[in-house]
Amino acid sequence: MSPNPAGFQMPKPVLAIEGLTVSFDGFKAVDDLNLYIDRNEVRVVIGPNGAGKTTVLDLICGKTKATAGSIQFENRELTKMREFDIVRAGVGRKFQNPSIYENLTVFENLEMSYPKGRKVFGALFFKRSQAVIERVEQVATEIMLGEHLHMQADLLSHGQKQWLEIGMLLMQDPQLLMLDEPVAGMSVSERVATAELLKRISQGRSVLVIEHDMEFVKSIAHKVTVLHQGKVLAEGSMDAVQSNPKVIEVYLGH
Amino acid sequence: MEWLSEFGAIAAMQGFNGLSVFCVLLLMALGLAIIFGQMGVINMAHGEFLTIGAYTTFVVSSLTEQYAPAFGPYYFFFAIVLSFLIAGAIGWLVEWAMISKLYQRPLDTLLATWGLSLVMQQTFRSIFGAREVSATLPEWLMGSWNPTETIDIPRNGLFVMGLTILLTAIIFLMLYRSRWGLQVRATMQNRVMSRAVGINTKRVDRMTFALGCGVAGVAGAAFTTIGSTGPTAGSLYIVDTFLVVVFGGAASLFGTIASAFSIAQAQSIMEFFMSGSMAKVLTLSAVILILMMRPQGLFSIKVRK
Amino acid sequence: MNPTLDKLLGGKQGAIGLAVLAALILVVFPLLLDAFRLNMVGKYLTYAFVAVGLVLCWGYGGILSLGQGIFFGLGGYCMAMFLKLEASDPESTKIQSTPGIPDFMDWNQITELPMLWQPFHSFGFTLLAVIAVPVLLALVIGLTMFKRRVGDVYFSIVTQAIALILTVLIIGQQGYTGGVNGITDLKTLMGWDIRTDEAKLILYFVSAFLLFGCILLARFIIASKLGRLLLAMRDKEERVRFSGYDVASFKIFVFCVGAAFSAIGGAMFTLQVGFMSPSFVGIVPSIEMVIFAAVGGRLSLLGAVYGALLVNFGKTYFSESFPELWLYLMGGLFIAVVMYFPNGLAGLWDSHGKRWLTRIKPKANAPVKTEPVAKPVAKAAPTPELETTP
Repeated sequence: MSPNPAGFQMPKPVLAIEGLTVSFDGFKAVDDLNLYIDRNEVRVVIGPNGAGKTTVLDLICGKTKATAGSIQFENRELTKMREFDIVRAGVGRKFQNPSIYENLTVFENLEMSYPKGRKVFGALFFKRSQAVIERVEQVATEIMLGEHLHMQADLLSHGQKQWLEIGMLLMQDPQLLMLDEPVAGMSVSERVATAELLKRISQGRSVLVIEHDMEFVKSIAHKVTVLHQGKVLAEGSMDAVQSNPKVIEVYLGH
Repeated sequence: MEWLSEFGAIAAMQGFNGLSVFCVLLLMALGLAIIFGQMGVINMAHGEFLTIGAYTTFVVSSLTEQYAPAFGPYYFFFAIVLSFLIAGAIGWLVEWAMISKLYQRPLDTLLATWGLSLVMQQTFRSIFGAREVSATLPEWLMGSWNPTETIDIPRNGLFVMGLTILLTAIIFLMLYRSRWGLQVRATMQNRVMSRAVGINTKRVDRMTFALGCGVAGVAGAAFTTIGSTGPTAGSLYIVDTFLVVVFGGAASLFGTIASAFSIAQAQSIMEFFMSGSMAKVLTLSAVILILMMRPQGLFSIKVRK
Repeated sequence: MNPTLDKLLGGKQGAIGLAVLAALILVVFPLLLDAFRLNMVGKYLTYAFVAVGLVLCWGYGGILSLGQGIFFGLGGYCMAMFLKLEASDPESTKIQSTPGIPDFMDWNQITELPMLWQPFHSFGFTLLAVIAVPVLLALVIGLTMFKRRVGDVYFSIVTQAIALILTVLIIGQQGYTGGVNGITDLKTLMGWDIRTDEAKLILYFVSAFLLFGCILLARFIIASKLGRLLLAMRDKEERVRFSGYDVASFKIFVFCVGAAFSAIGGAMFTLQVGFMSPSFVGIVPSIEMVIFAAVGGRLSLLGAVYGALLVNFGKTYFSESFPELWLYLMGGLFIAVVMYFPNGLAGLWDSHGKRWLTRIKPKANAPVKTEPVAKPVAKAAPTPELETTP
């Protein structure tokens, strides 16, 4: 099974998913899925509810174990790895609902994701060095929370919480960033800012986004993949996908 | 060929022994299978509801003896019903006053119900004294049944067995064939949705908990036929009972039955070869080891989370 | 102040709390109480080791072990085995049919010291075993359970079952363990008579110092990044896992630390009380140890010590004077603490002692230097000792 012929001239994809299948008691939530993502690419996965979008992210980050198929990330097979090893290999994942530590400050939230002191004794003797502080401040500025470093996280707005979680991922400097509905619950101006943020942070890494907001998708996506019943229904530029009769059928047909 | 028939008799009685242990375990576990298995509530006072049933039977038996000896042969059926009602009613109260406030905090439920069990034990002690009491069994429960000359099967054991089968069947029908059972299962799977389709989930919780306690009461009544009752009678077995339910796969009634059966058989077979305490140690250790390998229990369903 | 020291003491307020407790245990009790009562307090303090460990595991780690008696007991039994061997020298046991082995073995027709007992002739080995045996068991339990991600309730039930198994085993194997009576008649520790008032006084202080050592170690853990991770895991376990942490390893670690603390407590118990028996191993003592931590406040290390002291004072007082009242009280305590005071004494102190406290509370606010602010499961104010310059 090979990618499209043009793929031979392109650099090797960062993420190569092939024949990925997961079934829950016979129900195939993801069914023989193929997906390739390149470096510096922002890929958006769309699809109706229950299409298996979140399940794909779960499979990549190891939350759900695949029934069959492979997920190659920079030549490493993720399906056999444990969750935290996948993260350490360079995959970051934001959850659908902002998942941050509400009772810690913005600074502490970011610090928690600093990729040092990840093991028991490392964490026990972890010191907040100048390097840590600088890194946290740098990321906080990137996610537009530089002013709120010492605010308790539950006081942030919903949109700021989403940014904070993205920031927590950036702390790990992941090669693949996966975002599940990053602009849900955001105001229009926050959406614009998020789109800008995504453009900035996609430099030098790959970003995989699940999103429903088509305006937002249009503004960030290099390429769009439409998922339906666990399979790829269409893939290509936003315009191509939007005018694809099969996609229209799925979105409007029922 | 005499040794063969003797061997057969030993095997039959040994098998019956295992079945008795199975029935006792299952009776204790049935109520818990509803409360813990279906509702996910850790009721450490479950054993005390058993004791309530046992003491109720004792009281009914004494009263009958004193005031209506003619009623003697039949009092037991009345005692069973009364045990169910009293244990159920107290369960209803406990759910209302305590459990319902702790649904989001399972570990705290565990501790609070442990406190409740201490209070209940002391109450039993204050009312009935620390000494063990026994109900007077009706004539027809005493003695044994001899299908052949060498086989000797106690009648009370047979009765407990019959009651276990009956109770299991009733619970099965209620959970899986009645509208109430449907509501219970719906509520446990998706509380919000159930409320949205018009199920009074609070009422379902309360009734389910009360029913589980009532079943424990019936089990307690049944136990008076095979042993005496003390204030801590029920609490002695609480951990075993939890293990039976967990081992079976918490949400499956069939699993509870299968698990009670395998634990009981393992224990009674091992008792043939070693001391009772070692048999228990080995059985429980095996259960724990299997649970460590397979935390979801023997029977479980893979679900999409 | 030196930042590491500051961390250990938990800031100014933590240091005051620690000083008050130290004054109470090291000065007030020894001055006020007679030898008998002081020995009793010493016994309570050994429970405080368990309670402090439970604050780590349960309060911070979110894992409720209902089997801490296992570790308390194992620690205690290891110590008891050493002491028993010393008390069973051939000279003092010459009336036995097999001199030189513990009396209960002789009663059970055992004619040779079992293999398991042999290494306990060595004090060094015993000290090692006191910690290593319980910690290894905790490690095995933790590895199998947490790596498989079993739920917290499930973990509680399994630990409780293990406590039951161990009790049945100890009682059943009386030839090897002393059975239901336990290991009794312990006399000397390397020739030093531990039954004298003077020895008991010394052992009391040894316990107290070890307890403070455990508290400081626990504080160090809580104040470290690991402590923050534990709190974070309790609320957002997935987020921690998907930030690249092996969540199970942190749980295993605190569980082992809790086991080690309990074991030290158990060993000190044996030394001070002079025997060890299965009644300190099983389900009931294990769950009572949880109530010590709950009464003190599940997030407060110092609270755990007060909880252990108070509940045991209460237990001794009531079971001497009003035995039938005690179980009502104990049961009521369980229910009340869980339902109405989920943060125990520490929580009450914090909400009621606040006015009084604010006057001496430091206002320092170094922007970067932060401490975790523990938010208990049930909403309530943080415990006093944690409340340090957030």
